[in-house]
Amino acid sequence: MRRTLPIAVVAGVGFFMLIQYFIPLEEFETLYEWALDWTMVIGCFAMALGLYSLTNMMVTKVRRKAEGWGYSLVALVGLFVMVFVGLVPHYQDSLKYGTLFMDIFEYIYIPIQAAMFSLLAFYIASAAYRAFRARTVLATILLVSAIIIMLRLIPLGPLSAINQWMVNFILTVPNMAAKRAFWLGVGLGATATALKIMLGIERGYMGRD
Amino acid sequence: MTFYERMMNLDRRWVYLVIGVVVVVTAIWSFAVPLYVTPEARSVYDFVDGLVPGEVLMIGVDYAPEVMAELHPMSYAITRQCFAKDVKLLLCCLHQNGPGMVEQVVAQVAEEYGKVNGVDYVYLGYKPYPGITILAMGQNFRIPFPEDYYGTPLDSLPMMRNMTNFDNVKAIINISGGSGTEYWINYANGRYNAKLAIGVTGVMTADYYPFLQSGQIFGLIGGMKGAAEYEYLAEKGGYITREKDQLWASKSMPIQTTTHIVIILFIVIGNVGYFMSKRKK
Repeated sequence: MRRTLPIAVVAGVGFFMLIQYFIPLEEFETLYEWALDWTMVIGCFAMALGLYSLTNMMVTKVRRKAEGWGYSLVALVGLFVMVFVGLVPHYQDSLKYGTLFMDIFEYIYIPIQAAMFSLLAFYIASAAYRAFRARTVLATILLVSAIIIMLRLIPLGPLSAINQWMVNFILTVPNMAAKRAFWLGVGLGATATALKIMLGIERGYMGRD
Repeated sequence: MTFYERMMNLDRRWVYLVIGVVVVVTAIWSFAVPLYVTPEARSVYDFVDGLVPGEVLMIGVDYAPEVMAELHPMSYAITRQCFAKDVKLLLCCLHQNGPGMVEQVVAQVAEEYGKVNGVDYVYLGYKPYPGITILAMGQNFRIPFPEDYYGTPLDSLPMMRNMTNFDNVKAIINISGGSGTEYWINYANGRYNAKLAIGVTGVMTADYYPFLQSGQIFGLIGGMKGAAEYEYLAEKGGYITREKDQLWASKSMPIQTTTHIVIILFIVIGNVGYFMSKRKK
């Protein structure tokens, strides 16, 4: 029963969601909206569970003074400070521009994230210098393509038009062919996995049996 | 170590130093970068430009501050263009760090143009699980968002009176720094046939060309360059002005240009060193 019931529920709901897509009946529409409501409610439980799990993990780390416990403490303080300043006045008022909640977002969070991401420029420059070596034919093709794409950002006078034509060609022919193959693979993989879950072949979502 | 071997194995700190200096110097002494406007960015601009006052455009803002340098200018330029044309805006956010980004854009631009919340624009707010939220919005905006971001029930907002779902918006522009775009393509366009355009970061741009060719998206604004192209068109159209400091991506383009020149030079140095040292052996 512990195995059969979840598989039956998943198969039933899965096949219903599949069938309703192709049959435009009002009853199906109502059931579909009902299913969407349910998914959102289940999602909220997942968020609450995630919050509990994160807090529990961080508190344990701080209590045991495990390696890097200071970071966990900062994360905990950040979490509760944001919840506090967001909820105490009245949560919907605190979301407006110019409140303490939004000031923390604008003057602490935005600069931190922007600074973190801007470091990527340095790493990418260093990685490009090391990785783009014309060691083999394929590496040379990659190198030439990368330089052509990068050159589109550089004013080259009359050569810019030729470069732009080459950029368009690279993006809309070889790149698109590769990406399309990739997306088709992803689509087929997702369909196969969904079918395996609905038919009870793939049971990873149930955890350990 | 020979000279050519040194060219091949420069200490990474030199690369960091040169990049840092170039960024700072270009930020101080800037210059104009000529732009080629791509058809995919132009088609988004032309579409928005063709909207008539009172029509509704939806913008899905799904990005965090980490990519704001590339995507924030798009949000500002499109919002300014819409408000200047009296086009109504419906905004939502499906990224956990994005609600503040939307609020920043909408609060500032609405004030510039004297637009009223609930009448000229509605900000639905944030909901987790983008796939489910988009599917639900396709049925009725009120399923995932019974209230707007500020806590007002949607039914009491004048702009929402005759609006049910994606059928009531002329198009959706998704500005995204992550996988949220795929949900918009799969569900908003795939399931509900909503007209969709996207604005994405530079590294994501190449991923979405197949959707452009298949017609699933009608336009694509790619990275900071795409944002600068949009700003260029919006400036020509008279929607934004350099004097009011409204061309952020265009202002950052010289930095991106010089940084790319330096990266190309480093690649050339590395390859010259590689070939010369190989020849010597």
